[in-house]
Amino acid sequence: MTGFFDIPSDLQHSWLGLIGLHLREALLPVLAGLVAALPIAQLCARFRWLYPPVLGVTTVLYAVPSLAFFVVLIDYTGQTELTVMIPLAVYSLVVLVPAIVDGVRSVSQETLAAATAMGFGPLRRYLQVQLPIAVPAILAGLRVATVSSISLVSVGALIGNQGALGNLLADAMFYHRPVLAVNSVVTTAVLAILVDALLVLVRLVLTPWMPPGARPKRKAAARPEPAAVAGEEAAR
Amino acid sequence: MTSTANTSTSSRRLPGAAAVALAATAALLAGCSSSSDNKSDNPLSGDKASGDTVVVGSNNFAESILLADIYGEALKAKGIKVAYKPNIGTRETTYGLLKNGSVTVLPEYNGALLAYLDKKAAPKTVAATTAAINAKLDSKLTLLDPAPAQNKDSITLNAATAKKYHLTDKSSIADLKDAAKDLVIGASPEFQTRQQGLVGLKSVYKLEFKSFKALDAGGPLTQAALQKNTVQAADIFTTDPTIAKEKFVVLQDTENLFGFENVQPLVSRSGLPQKGVDALNAVSAKLDGAALLDMDGQVQLDDKDPLDVAKAWLKSVGLG
Amino acid sequence: MNVLNFVNAFFGDSAHWHGYDGIPHRLLEHVQYSLTALGIAAAIGLPVGLVTGHTGRGGNALALVATAARALPSFGLLVLMFVLLGLGLLPVMIPLVVLAVPPILVTTYEAVRSVDPSPVDAARGMGMTEPRILLRVEVPVALPLILSGLRSAAIQIVSTATIAAYVSLGGLGRYIVDGLYQRDYEKVVGGATLVAVLALVTLTVFWAVTRVAVSPGVRRSA
Repeated sequence: MTGFFDIPSDLQHSWLGLIGLHLREALLPVLAGLVAALPIAQLCARFRWLYPPVLGVTTVLYAVPSLAFFVVLIDYTGQTELTVMIPLAVYSLVVLVPAIVDGVRSVSQETLAAATAMGFGPLRRYLQVQLPIAVPAILAGLRVATVSSISLVSVGALIGNQGALGNLLADAMFYHRPVLAVNSVVTTAVLAILVDALLVLVRLVLTPWMPPGARPKRKAAARPEPAAVAGEEAAR
Repeated sequence: MTSTANTSTSSRRLPGAAAVALAATAALLAGCSSSSDNKSDNPLSGDKASGDTVVVGSNNFAESILLADIYGEALKAKGIKVAYKPNIGTRETTYGLLKNGSVTVLPEYNGALLAYLDKKAAPKTVAATTAAINAKLDSKLTLLDPAPAQNKDSITLNAATAKKYHLTDKSSIADLKDAAKDLVIGASPEFQTRQQGLVGLKSVYKLEFKSFKALDAGGPLTQAALQKNTVQAADIFTTDPTIAKEKFVVLQDTENLFGFENVQPLVSRSGLPQKGVDALNAVSAKLDGAALLDMDGQVQLDDKDPLDVAKAWLKSVGLG
Repeated sequence: MNVLNFVNAFFGDSAHWHGYDGIPHRLLEHVQYSLTALGIAAAIGLPVGLVTGHTGRGGNALALVATAARALPSFGLLVLMFVLLGLGLLPVMIPLVVLAVPPILVTTYEAVRSVDPSPVDAARGMGMTEPRILLRVEVPVALPLILSGLRSAAIQIVSTATIAAYVSLGGLGRYIVDGLYQRDYEKVVGGATLVAVLALVTLTVFWAVTRVAVSPGVRRSA
């Protein structure tokens, strides 16, 4: 009697409402992570001694399971969306810092010298030369951060219906309705793929000098896994 | 891509493209937030009950969500503004939220609540239970009238285990004395540290089980584990429709560890107006065991939405 | 410091050190789940990655599979597998393997593909068979990157295996889920600390393996 898109009343949202909630809970943290990562990465690129300790700290943070993070935060931020979004922002930050640092560092000395010779100041050089060249690496990082963020929001279901589409999973258990779990998994996966595709599109728009089929340099492409890179540096 | 000419042309084009992307992102996020804020009483947006809205919370299992819906709809029928905060967590969490005013009304079970507040109390009547709870309750909170409907925690065996140890539904939990050391018991994680749980089983019945397996609050995990003999004994709610279906054996609680378990609304004194108190007391007067069992079946076996089930029942007893 | 007090109390309580709910037992369970999942994921990801990387074909299909696998939410998959398959280890292994295959697969593929073609051609010229070229020339050169893929998969598994506790399995997640339900932050923080430490140990193990397994020549040129 209940269809695929009929959401149990206790979630207080329609299917589309849950999708909106899920996107907000997943994407705002990535945005916040990006905003925080840019200056941190710039500092790391500028002062090389800063990079290894920053990577060490971020690697440890990344290893903390999301559920534990949520539970500890409940005491400070209550059972709210914020409690879910703060850890996600931290994870995004952890993924993005190495991506941006490597991207910015990949700009060759000649390019920088040329920019300086053309009379670019440090800020303009950063904004108009270094950042654009780092775009493929940054977007590779953004893709990883976004997809993992969309996946992790679901865990918020465990702290009292704060998991948007993930809340369907708890209800699937309560009411013995497996179809709700199918809905949750499929919808979340499709969302992740669509947003990922959108980011690929953004990269194509932002890097018109690269032919559409071209991959970013191997190092950036092979970096879906942030902790790997972070770990490599930290373990050194 | 490192050629200077190339870089400078592209960087000149960049701000425009970036602006487009940013605007798109902003629009997307704005769209998202407005779509989820379309409920004025969105309980997710804040932690405090605002103004004269009554916040009805529930614990993390199906019956609690159903009861919250019944309370909430009964209040709405009296013209009270209601916001739901369902599936919050365990009593260990919800009690704190009632105390700090985030939640106004919560469906409770008197015996379990008393055991949470006072491990030693063992009252003999429902009225004494209510009195004992009110004595220990935080001064900002109070209990309304209990309903006749009960839903007890229980020590329940699967059919094979009951047969092996020659136990029936006439046997007492105490009869597990010799068997317990060979049995794995399963229940929700909080059972491990609760008086109405491993603590009480040890102090009241002198039972120590082989090990404890953390499952859920009488939900599908517990049912599956008992059925598959992953655990031989489990805490199953006595209103659970699967007991009859799976031929589980519920042992008698002769020492009254699990006490009375009447459904009873726990409310914050300042948050609920008198007409709300009257409405909930009217609900409790009508809510008996048969009605609760029937509604549990509709929600957990027949795929019906708890809110619809709650509304239909309220209408049928003239409170909707 | 609040959190440090919790850590202290958790590790100082002798009750947390023995029995089926003791730290040694839960740690062992966690390592077992993680190694099993990593083993299965490697058994799938390594051969496929090596072959596609060697032939250079199927890269796009691989990227699609990896993207799709990465999009699947681990927690959702766990609950779905439980409601479909019931209790047991399988519902936990499926999401962990799905999580771990993409990094192993993609990194292995990229690692083999990006091996300098001149030694490969030289080997072919010397009459080496294709399997021998893959195993004797390409894999040794690609090893550091392949190991980094395995390592990131391992870290993600260690962190994510905590969700197994939600469907009543053991492991370190037990402390986190129990702590949530019992409102016992000591357990939550203690469990999280153990997971983080296990992740760091994993990093160290991979660092050591890389030191031992990667040929000095490759290490110098990297």
